[in-house]
Amino acid sequence: MKNFRTTALSLVSLLLTSTLALAQNKGYEIGDTAMNFELQTVGGSQVSLNGLSNNQGAIVIFSCNTCPYVKAYEDRMIELHQRYAPKGYPIIAINSNDSAVSPGDSFDAMKKRAQDKNFPFAYAYDETQEVIKTYGATRTPQVYLLEKEDDQYLVRYIGAIDNNYQDAASVSEPYLANAVDALLEGSEINRQTTKAIGCSIKWSR
Amino acid sequence: MVASLSRLSFVLFLMILPGFSGKDLPEPDFKIISFEEFESLAAKESEKLRIFNFWATWCAPCVREMPYFEEANKSNTDMELYFISMDDARRPERVTSFIEKRDIQSPVYLLNDVDFNSWIDKVNPDWTGAIPATLFVQADGTRHFHEGAMEEPELLALINQLK
Repeated sequence: MKNFRTTALSLVSLLLTSTLALAQNKGYEIGDTAMNFELQTVGGSQVSLNGLSNNQGAIVIFSCNTCPYVKAYEDRMIELHQRYAPKGYPIIAINSNDSAVSPGDSFDAMKKRAQDKNFPFAYAYDETQEVIKTYGATRTPQVYLLEKEDDQYLVRYIGAIDNNYQDAASVSEPYLANAVDALLEGSEINRQTTKAIGCSIKWSR
Repeated sequence: MVASLSRLSFVLFLMILPGFSGKDLPEPDFKIISFEEFESLAAKESEKLRIFNFWATWCAPCVREMPYFEEANKSNTDMELYFISMDDARRPERVTSFIEKRDIQSPVYLLNDVDFNSWIDKVNPDWTGAIPATLFVQADGTRHFHEGAMEEPELLALINQLK
């Protein structure tokens, strides 16, 4: 009987631990505090959340060079940065793809893409994939909208940029812009999470 | 008269051509479908294990695992395979030429609905939206979902477990 109880107990604790481990692997949820990161950008400097100044938050977008969905959104990302950086929400684009798996996503290729498109926002390389693993993004492009409160960054929106990657003019729900506008107005964000088809992350093997 | 006769025989030749294409297997199906059409396809009653693989021509990990699915389909009479393409429906020729070049035998349906957030959870709530992803529908309607690429042994083991 005692044995049974011990086994049952250890089973329960095993289950609990694995559930916790699973929950941790899922990354951030709405309301969580996002970790600071310090990453190399294509411009030659470092970008970090703690290093931002005069801002209300940040729009972190897990991105890359090679995904057709990202390419379809690059012009919109430029436009969103130009619209919201002056209001305190700059975009930080992060490429976490392993260039050994996806050569088109190397740091050199990132520099070239940023130059060709004249990115006005920081485009940073998460070479160790530590940032994306902590945030829990699974695809590109995937947005984490962060609001700064007492020098901490709280996750307010996770998901897609809008609901039509093919045609900006046909978008009926600009999820990200709506969420930033809500934060700027101090009102509730209607949709805090959305999903979109995206390119899988090229994880290191 | 001779000219019109030869034209007639040419038309007749064209009409019987598909029946003599020389292939044992039927020509692969290609269709552009709505999400509603996908849903009724996935909900159709069947005695077989039905597999819906979400992919795109530009997605390298998707393209890499496709032959594993096709091979499994050839050697399992009790499964049915569908490739659900996420390619741009404004350029269907990218998909049709891929089908031809890679000699894809299973039906390929291009799911044309870019309002992704409206339907991803209906396929499976666990799906984050990354591709490749695969939906397995068992004969009794039970659904099993896998996000991410699969190696051949992993796929075969899963098929054996589910069918």
